Amino acid sequence: MEALNEKVLERLKAKFLGTKLEANEFRSELTVVIPKEKIVEVCKFLKDDHELCFNLLADLCGIDMNTSVNRFGVIYNLYSFTNKYRIRLKVFVEEEHPKLPTVTGVWGTANWHERETFDMFGIIFEGHPDLRRMYMPDEFEYHPLRKDFPLMGIRGSLDLPKK
Amino acid sequence: MEKKQEQGLRKTRILEALENEHVTITFDDPLENEMVLNMGPQHPATHGVLRLLIKLDGEIVLASVPELGYLHRGYEKLAENCSFHEFIPHTDRLDYLSPLSNNVAYVLAVEKLLGIEAPPRAQYIRTLISELARISSHLMFLGSLAMDVGALTVWMWSFREREKMYDIFEKIAGARFTTSYTRIGGLAQDMTPESLSIIRGFINELPEKVLECEKLLNTNRIFLGRVDGVGVISQERAIDLGLTGPCLRACGVEHDLRRANPYLIYNDLDFAVPVYEGGDCLARYYVRMAEIKESTKIVRQLLDKIPAGEVHAGLPKQVLPNKERVYKKMEELIHDFMLINFGVNPPVGEIYHAVEAPKGELGFYIYSNGEGQPWRLKIRSPSFVNLQSISTMMKGAMISDVVAIVGSLDPVMGEADK
Repeated sequence: MEALNEKVLERLKAKFLGTKLEANEFRSELTVVIPKEKIVEVCKFLKDDHELCFNLLADLCGIDMNTSVNRFGVIYNLYSFTNKYRIRLKVFVEEEHPKLPTVTGVWGTANWHERETFDMFGIIFEGHPDLRRMYMPDEFEYHPLRKDFPLMGIRGSLDLPKK
Repeated sequence: MEKKQEQGLRKTRILEALENEHVTITFDDPLENEMVLNMGPQHPATHGVLRLLIKLDGEIVLASVPELGYLHRGYEKLAENCSFHEFIPHTDRLDYLSPLSNNVAYVLAVEKLLGIEAPPRAQYIRTLISELARISSHLMFLGSLAMDVGALTVWMWSFREREKMYDIFEKIAGARFTTSYTRIGGLAQDMTPESLSIIRGFINELPEKVLECEKLLNTNRIFLGRVDGVGVISQERAIDLGLTGPCLRACGVEHDLRRANPYLIYNDLDFAVPVYEGGDCLARYYVRMAEIKESTKIVRQLLDKIPAGEVHAGLPKQVLPNKERVYKKMEELIHDFMLINFGVNPPVGEIYHAVEAPKGELGFYIYSNGEGQPWRLKIRSPSFVNLQSISTMMKGAMISDVVAIVGSLDPVMGEADK
């Protein structure tokens, strides 16, 4: 494992004793899977810690694993200006009522990313200031990036202009 | 009847969002006159189909809410149903003002996933085209910002230069706009000595032409009056909102992925990262103009150093073979058939790779389950994230500043809406 990856993991494990943290490394990128209750705390710690200092949330997106347990995931790609270094956090939520706390309080940029994830996957971010659809019309009923949404769309789901 | 109600509902939701924006500015206006202005999606100054809802008190912007999605084509969904090679043409249509740099960003991400690398000549050419794309995109910015604030001559002059660039792109890639020039593990085709000499000729002429445009603007009182001190964003707020690229560097943050996490051959090149304080439209203009000069410097170095050799990695299981050989050799035909029909099969895993595109950090997150198509492909587009800061920049500005602020952010809706 790369030195910085090890350091981040050590600090996380020392800070969050008793929390289940699963880590893996692929192409020297660190991914840490975190229970959803802890996500805001972990993000705050990673941002405010003056050695790690992950002050930029580069990207936040959802993923549909199409499994019966832990179907949806939310992925946080963090970047640190001081260390010029990236890590990735991952949180899984259930298919029934996919909900997790918002990180808009930690990084303002999460606002639109979370709106997009809500639009595409139907994952609810609790405490989000303005959780509207990002791209699709408000009256659209489906979440297009879910694996059960067909590529060609669903007939009648969007009103087309009359000829 | 029902439809009318639905539409009414939708309208109120957007208005509610406008109310939610924390309004901190109060003016003692005897008329107490507030109005909501709907700008776009079809408006010449919004650079595509951006829609802005602006709450006005007289001429002052109290709050604004951008609405996206008018150019949403669902590229992330499409990507899940494309092989890795098939998605390359779609990347042209993200930031359509710099398709070459999107092509490069995407193949670099896939190559990281596969764990392969293109040969040195291909790396040099990729760096070269990324910088050409940056120049072309910044020239577009120069023209459109100047036009938005009323200087039409600059627009004509910068478009004249862009026209020459498109001729170069046509020469090297066969298309002016939708280049699709890169391939996984290499390039579509090698650059000819002829196109290299055309690029050299163009690069030698460019600084003078840019200087001509700068002469029209840098001391122009009307231009300065429209952009100086307009659309200010603080350093902390810019980082919090995830601004990247020239817009972040205009806030005094020295962050450039070419320097911070060098990819391709940026490590061996000599160039400066222009940083300006101020965080206003003028600083954003200065950063981009300085970047054009730095890119010219980089292109010159590349043209001097470019090595001879292959432009395809010799990995038949991952890299498409030469088309001529496919027609003549059995083995190449088999590999071509397998790659086209079943795709490259990367290992199971996930990666995020970002490059410094002209507009900011362009990143691709790919989750692969070992099949020929990505299980999930997320595009982190700089325009999408940069647009989020528009509300902060516009608060307290005049209505006429709105076009200058949008122009200085330089959003491309193809990329913001995906």
